[in-house]
Amino acid sequence: MQETSRPPRHPRERRRDRHNRHDWRDHAERWWPTDWQEEPAGGDWWQRHERLATHVHRWRGTWNGESLRRASGDRLAGGVAGGLARWRGFNPTTVRIVFVVAALFSRGWLIPLYFAAWLLVPVDDAEPAPSTPIPSSGTASPDSVTASPANPAVPDSVPSGPAGHGGIVGLGGPASIWNRARHDSRGITLAVGVASLFAVFMVLTTVLNIGLVEGYGWPQVVSVALLVLIWRNTSAGEQEALRRFVAPFGGLGPGGDRRATMLRIGLSCALFAAGIVSMLSAHESLAVLQPLGGFVLIMGAFVIFLGPWWLRIARDLVLERQARARAEERADMAARVHDSVLQTLALIQRRADDPAQVTQLARAQERELRSWLFEGRAPGSMPEVASLVAGVRQIQQDAEARHGVPVEVVTVGDCPLDDDLGALLEAAREAVVNAAKWSEAGVISLYAEVTAEDVEVVVRDRGRGFDPAAVPGDRKGMAESIHGRMGRHGGTVTVQTAVGEGTKVSLKMPRSAVRASS
Amino acid sequence: MSTTPRVVLVDDHGIFRSGVRAELGRAVDVVGEADDVEPAITLIGQVKPDVVLLDVHLPGGSGADVVSAVREQCPDVRFLALSASDAPEDVIGVIRAGARGYVTKTIGTDELLDAIRRVASGDAVFSHRLAGFVLDAFAASGGPDGPAAGQRVQPSFDPELDQLTTREREVLRLIAQGYTYKEIARELYISVKTVESHVSSVLRKLQLSSRHQLTRWATERRLA
Repeated sequence: MQETSRPPRHPRERRRDRHNRHDWRDHAERWWPTDWQEEPAGGDWWQRHERLATHVHRWRGTWNGESLRRASGDRLAGGVAGGLARWRGFNPTTVRIVFVVAALFSRGWLIPLYFAAWLLVPVDDAEPAPSTPIPSSGTASPDSVTASPANPAVPDSVPSGPAGHGGIVGLGGPASIWNRARHDSRGITLAVGVASLFAVFMVLTTVLNIGLVEGYGWPQVVSVALLVLIWRNTSAGEQEALRRFVAPFGGLGPGGDRRATMLRIGLSCALFAAGIVSMLSAHESLAVLQPLGGFVLIMGAFVIFLGPWWLRIARDLVLERQARARAEERADMAARVHDSVLQTLALIQRRADDPAQVTQLARAQERELRSWLFEGRAPGSMPEVASLVAGVRQIQQDAEARHGVPVEVVTVGDCPLDDDLGALLEAAREAVVNAAKWSEAGVISLYAEVTAEDVEVVVRDRGRGFDPAAVPGDRKGMAESIHGRMGRHGGTVTVQTAVGEGTKVSLKMPRSAVRASS
Repeated sequence: MSTTPRVVLVDDHGIFRSGVRAELGRAVDVVGEADDVEPAITLIGQVKPDVVLLDVHLPGGSGADVVSAVREQCPDVRFLALSASDAPEDVIGVIRAGARGYVTKTIGTDELLDAIRRVASGDAVFSHRLAGFVLDAFAASGGPDGPAAGQRVQPSFDPELDQLTTREREVLRLIAQGYTYKEIARELYISVKTVESHVSSVLRKLQLSSRHQLTRWATERRLA
C-alpha cells in the first residue's frame, strides 16, 4: 500500500487529499476510532459521512470475512433485506417481515435507515440470477467480495457529479451509491428541496392534527431526501428497476393508460379528502360512526391508489421466481451435461487412438445418460443399492469401469435386498470380475430373474472357458467367493464351461420370505 | 433368403440413416429413407419394401403409428424396430402395433443384418432386452404367486395367449442371457427351426394377448 508508506503530512493537507482522492483504499486503511479522534470535532460534514461509510465498511468486514452486499437478484426495493439475509444466512422473507414489523414499532424510523443502507452498502457484483446460465447460486464468489475494501482494481477516481449520472457504479469493484451521490451537488440540493417540501406537508398535517401521519411521517422527510439521492445516482439497471417500481403511480410505464391513471388518482384523492374531512369533523360532532366511515374511505383511497402497484409487485415476484426456477433448472442441466457428457467427450478426444477405451467410455456415458433420462437418476450419483436390480446395475458399472469389458444386463422383476440376496450379488460380482479378467470375451452377459420362489443370476461369457478339473486349488475366486458364499446362504451354484466354449455361472438363491413360510 | 431384402430406413436423424446405409452396404437393398411418420407411410405404400427399419421415436409421432397405418394396406411389409430407447412402453408399444422385432441401436452390423434377414423371412427378432421385457411382463401378470397376483385379470378370448409355455420361457431366458438361436438349439436339444417357432409364438402372444396388463406393466415399469 503506497499510501501508508507516504511521509506524514499536515492534517489539513491530508484532509484535502482525502477530499480529492475518492478512493476506497484510502478509507479502508483508516481505522475509525483513532481517525475519528484525530479529526477536529467540527470537521465538515462531508468527512463525517465519509467516516461513517468507512465505519460501516469496517463493521461489516469483521464478521466472517464476507462483506455485506445488497442483493442484486433477490430484491424488492434496494435489495438490502435480501443482502442482509444472505450475509447472515437468514430467510429473506423473514428478514422482510421483521423489517416491516420493526418499521411499524419504531414509528417509521427504520425506513430512513433502510434508505441509508441502500445508499451506503454497495450492490453485489453478481448479475441477477435469470440472466446467468451457470449459477453462482446467488452468492458472489468469496474472493471478489473479501478483496474489495482494499481492492487495487477500484478506479482511483470514481465518476463524479451528475456527469456520471446513469452510468455504471463501481466498475471493477463494488462501490456504494453514496460514493457517487456525495459528488452530486445538484442531487443533494434537490434532495434537500424535496425533503423540505415534504416537511412543509408534514407541518400542515401536524397543524391539522392527524396523529398517525404525524407520528410516522417525520422520519420520512429523511427517507425522501435519501431516496432522491439514490434515484439520481444509482446504476442504470437499478434505475430501470426503480422506474418500473414507480411507474404505475403516474402511468409512466409502457402501455399505461394515462386517462385511467388520472381517473384513478382523482378518485383516490377525492376519497382521501372525504376521509380526512370526515375524520376532522369527528372532532366536533358526536357521531360515533363518522371516524369509522372516514377510516374506511381513506383505506379505499389507498387501495385504489396503490392497488395496481401492489398487483404489479406481486406479479413481478411471481414472474421473477419462475424465471429463477427456469434458470436454475437450465443451469442444473448444463452442469450435469458438463460433468458427464462433456467430460467424457474430452476424454474420448484424448484417447482417440485407443478404440477399446473409447468404446468403453462411450458405453459408460451412454448408460449414465440413459439412467438419467429414462430412470431419473442423477449421473455420477451412487444409486442406493436397495433393490436387486440396482445391485446388478452397480456390478455392471463397476466391471465396465474397472475392467473395460461391456456387460449386457437384462433383469426380470425386482425385489428388495436382504442378507442372502446381498451374498448372491457378491457372488455374481465375483463371477463377473472373473469373466472380465480371464475369459477374454468381448462382452459379458448378466441376467437376473426374480420369481416368486427364488432369484437367479446368470453370468455368461463366450470367452475361452476353462477346464473345471484343472483349476488349481489356490484360485480362491471360484471356490470361496462364489461357492462358499452361496453355500452359506443356502443358494446353489452351477458352472457350465469347457475350454473354448465360454463360461456360464448360474447362481440361484431361494427368497427368504418363501423359506420362512415353508 | 437368397435375394437381398429391400429395406426402407425410417429415422429422424439423417446421420444415423446414412450410417446404417453405409454399414449395411450391399447386403441389403436400401430402397428409400424417411424422416417422419407421414413421409414414411407414403414411401412404404409406394415402394412396398420387405423390411422397414423403424425408429421408435419420430418427430411427428411414434414408430407404432407408422406400423399401424401401413399394416392394413401392405400386410407383407415387415417392421424391425431399431431404437435407442429402452423404455419398456416404447418397446412393447411398437411390438404390439405389429413390428416383428426390436433391436437397440448399439447392435453390431452382422447382428443387424442377421435380424433384417430373419424379419424378412417372417421370423421374429428378439434382442436380449426385449426378451427380458417379455419375461417380466408375462411374469408380472402370471400365476397366483406373481407380483401382480392381487389384481384381477381380464382373461383373453383365447386364454392360451395369456401365458407363456415352459419351453417359451426357457427360450426367452436364454435369449435374455445373450444366447444366439443356434446356441439355444444346442442347449435345449431342439432344432433352430423350433427355436424360431417358439419365438414367433411368443411374438404372437405379445401382439394378440388382450391383457391390458402388458401396457400397464410397461407404464409402471417406466415409473418405477
